[in-house]
Amino acid sequence: MAAIIGRKLGMTQIFTEDGIRVAVTVVEAGPCPVTQVKTEETDGYQAVQLGFGAVRPKLLNKPELGHLRKADSPPVRHLHEFSVDELREGLELGDIVTVEDFSSGDVVSVTGTSKGKGYAGTIKRHNFKRGPKSHGSHNVRRPGSIGAAAWPARVAKGIRMSGHMGAETVTQRGLQIVDRDVSRNLLLVRGAVPGGVNGIVIVRPQ
Amino acid sequence: MSSIIESIEKMQTRVDLPVFKAGDTVRVHFRVIEGSRQRIQVFEGTVIKRQGASSRETFTVRKQSFGVGVERTFPVHSPKIEKIERAMEGDVRRAKLYYLRGKVGKKARIREKRAAVGA
Repeated sequence: MAAIIGRKLGMTQIFTEDGIRVAVTVVEAGPCPVTQVKTEETDGYQAVQLGFGAVRPKLLNKPELGHLRKADSPPVRHLHEFSVDELREGLELGDIVTVEDFSSGDVVSVTGTSKGKGYAGTIKRHNFKRGPKSHGSHNVRRPGSIGAAAWPARVAKGIRMSGHMGAETVTQRGLQIVDRDVSRNLLLVRGAVPGGVNGIVIVRPQ
Repeated sequence: MSSIIESIEKMQTRVDLPVFKAGDTVRVHFRVIEGSRQRIQVFEGTVIKRQGASSRETFTVRKQSFGVGVERTFPVHSPKIEKIERAMEGDVRRAKLYYLRGKVGKKARIREKRAAVGA
């Protein structure tokens, strides 16, 4: 049981012992200091907050620095809260979560912010089919009918249309840890992970 | 590309392989696992391309087998490759020999590279 905050470095492939090629995403994960422990008495629920991403103290404001000073934590750019059953038990202020808590073969889910696609049409956004391109058709990438006319005289709620796509929180479940590198704080996760290179991702147990 | 990914790829690359390029004739000794047994299969033919970089590089070997052209693509750095023998160095002017696909018999031949005069 472990969860950690990391940064996506990109993808590559590695050979397994059987000589099979596996596509992997390299995630630089941790070291994540415990920055706050929430308890039933003080906060009404249990949780642990982790920090990630060393940063110059000048880039943080006073409330942020004060919050981290309470935990005796170095200045970090990102904070994220985890429920206690996602983490190893008995974490206290001052503890540090590293990739050592993971082992190869673990099944994890990875949460990140997907790449933004801007204002996208219905074909890209909702996998609509296009109309005919020729024979006088003007319906090439149009959405088609969005409902009847005189009745109900309005467009039903939830009709799929064009609009902003991507840049949303996406969780990819069922990914396997292929390998880890303790000295360089790396996790190699089988397959693709949401978001672009340098995006912040959260790795947690399935 | 991140230098960390470059170093991960570098760790995967093999240095025991001979230098070869498109146009060369090679014998690839490839380990095949059949159930619990494994044996070595040899695939001999002309390299028609090398593609990709670092540990992700692959090469394609083309041969004629019973009158049918057969192409097989191998990862250069695969641990399943026992060894690669360079049987002949070819004299070709391009990096991707896709033109061989449309040719059979004498026209599909590649000249052997001779050492330059005075070299």
